[in-house]
Amino acid sequence: MPKTLGLLGKKVGMTRIFSDDGSVCPVTVIAAGPCPIMQIKSVDKEGYSALQVAFEEVPERKVNRPERGHQAKAGKGFFRHTVECRIDNAGEYEVGQELTVDMFKIGDTVKVSGTSKGKGFQGVMKRWNFGGQRASHGAEKVHRSPGSVGNATFPGRIWKNKKMPGHMGARNVTLPSVEVIDVRPEENIIVVKGQIPGPNNGLVMIRKKN
Amino acid sequence: MEIIKKIEQEHMRLDVPSFKAGDTVKVHLRIIEGEKERIQVFQGAVLRVRRGTTDSTFTVRKVSEGIGVERVFPMHSPYIERVEVVSEGKVRRSRIYYLRGLRGKAARIKSKQIWE
Repeated sequence: MPKTLGLLGKKVGMTRIFSDDGSVCPVTVIAAGPCPIMQIKSVDKEGYSALQVAFEEVPERKVNRPERGHQAKAGKGFFRHTVECRIDNAGEYEVGQELTVDMFKIGDTVKVSGTSKGKGFQGVMKRWNFGGQRASHGAEKVHRSPGSVGNATFPGRIWKNKKMPGHMGARNVTLPSVEVIDVRPEENIIVVKGQIPGPNNGLVMIRKKN
Repeated sequence: MEIIKKIEQEHMRLDVPSFKAGDTVKVHLRIIEGEKERIQVFQGAVLRVRRGTTDSTFTVRKVSEGIGVERVFPMHSPYIERVEVVSEGKVRRSRIYYLRGLRGKAARIKSKQIWE
């Protein structure tokens, strides 16, 4: 759960631009906000201090009934996503207040979180960068296999956390330090340097670095 | 996607002349050495033009003291002061890599005839 106030957005895509010194800079364009505050949670009532922010307006019929009742309290319309940000000074904000990309400025360092692209069930070479086995010299059907996974009588089992094949990707990834290249409040666009997790149109959260 | 096109357009230069593979161009480069800035000219034949938005590039080849030198320039780079088209070449393909295997008189490119 985010510990600082964040803004929800959608990854639009990547491109490359020229920075001020003339060098080429890869950037990701994010359509972020406006995110209205739906609910303020306080220590007295809920036991912890947090803000609930929403993103991506949808027609009322797209929201299920319990959610509809909850979102109607803020009176800002209906939204596809609601996410909680645990912050200590939640009392300083008001329900219905809108967060926009204004909260960031060019040159800021931000955190960007998202769900990475799912890779399915993958072997050890892709998942853990193992080297695999030999291509020739008698190697048969084992070219991408992990090889030995442990010892013999001791310990008589496979160690916990042994790197094995399995499901890869589709997990929460947070980039701790991403530079803001451009902010366009009139279009609700923020441009950051480099790549961010997830596919295009994926939901991401941009947070100030504390 | 429209916003990406818009951002790219802001970083593109509109003053780049149109040229294609086989043309001879002079690329005026801004070289920054410490505090000073000077212009260096790189003249040669265009081997290829990679079309695109901000990522379009072109490759120029020249033969310098018997050694072939190729440079790839980003079309919209601020380091390029200007590009001058010296002559248009008559070639049949858009990637004239075969020029690398030729030297001397064989490596000449016929210039385009323009009928008035």
